[in-house]
Amino acid sequence: MLVSVYRYNPETDDAPYMQDIHIDIPGGKDIMVLDLLQLLKDKDPTMGYRRSCREGVCGSDGMNMNGLNGLACVTPLSEVVVNDKLVLRPLPGLPVIRDLVVDMSQFYAQYEKIKPFLINDTPAPAIERLQSPEERAELDGLYECILCACCSTACPSFWWNPDKFIGPSGLLQAYRFLADTRDTAKEERLADLDDPFSVFRCHGIMNCVNVCPKGLNPTKAIGKIRNMLLSQAT
Amino acid sequence: MVTSITSFGRSGLYDWMIQRVSAVVLLAYTVFMIGYMLFGSELDYQQWKELFECTAMRIFTLLALLSMAAHAWIGMWSISTDYIKPTGIRFLFQSACGLLTFIYVVWGIQILWGV
Repeated sequence: MLVSVYRYNPETDDAPYMQDIHIDIPGGKDIMVLDLLQLLKDKDPTMGYRRSCREGVCGSDGMNMNGLNGLACVTPLSEVVVNDKLVLRPLPGLPVIRDLVVDMSQFYAQYEKIKPFLINDTPAPAIERLQSPEERAELDGLYECILCACCSTACPSFWWNPDKFIGPSGLLQAYRFLADTRDTAKEERLADLDDPFSVFRCHGIMNCVNVCPKGLNPTKAIGKIRNMLLSQAT
Repeated sequence: MVTSITSFGRSGLYDWMIQRVSAVVLLAYTVFMIGYMLFGSELDYQQWKELFECTAMRIFTLLALLSMAAHAWIGMWSISTDYIKPTGIRFLFQSACGLLTFIYVVWGIQILWGV
């Protein structure tokens, strides 16, 4: 098969370029894209990409495969290869450090903005802050985010304003803490989000839902934040 | 949070609400006008004049005009902050949009009460 890989080494290259590599898959198996990258790296050890857990838990190997963001380690070739060709690019919209490795600083800066930790100023109880099973169930579909950035880098609003729009990943996490009954900073959290950029740059095109490797729904969470803002303000 | 903002209401929620409410007004106005033109009797000058001399129609039209102005301003402001990165050009673009919107509103009022 033909693999076209985005290559860029700022120390030696003036500009990024696409490198076409023909490769035979051993035994014609339906391997994961990450395994394919390892085969490519065996051929050319200068190829750069991030990986760690190789099972869709750490979120390191987010990349753009034939135009769709996803985790290379949990994406089988059969899911993305078209006409025996695969185009691999870094996550769109973020600065490229080298080859498929991007600088995630802007993404993390947005995550930091939403204060991703429980805020509770009341005296701590003797054992722990309890939740009912129903209250805990509110966090399902929110806490599973692994911060791989596939969603935020698939979002045009994040491409145009990565410094102002929190992005789907950050907003999913913002709602995760807004929905937590143990958190007491709901009003402050909402006040921090009520500007025309942080939440309201989301126009609901649902690219984030389309690419999330964990099957989460940031658009729904953003809608719930909007409803919370609405019920607080009217 | 982004604190310095030159949008319509300075609050994201407020802009969002204004855009939704104005969209509903514009839809109602469009549906009414299309219905009037399709099912109204003879569309001659006299009937058209009588329609716009009616106070209710003037209120409805002014509401639609102001809704369009607010809706367009919020939309164009969003577009400019998305796509126009050089501050000078963005400022000029936003100023031109604001000025045009103002001209259209004043002109529209003049036409409406000139009937």
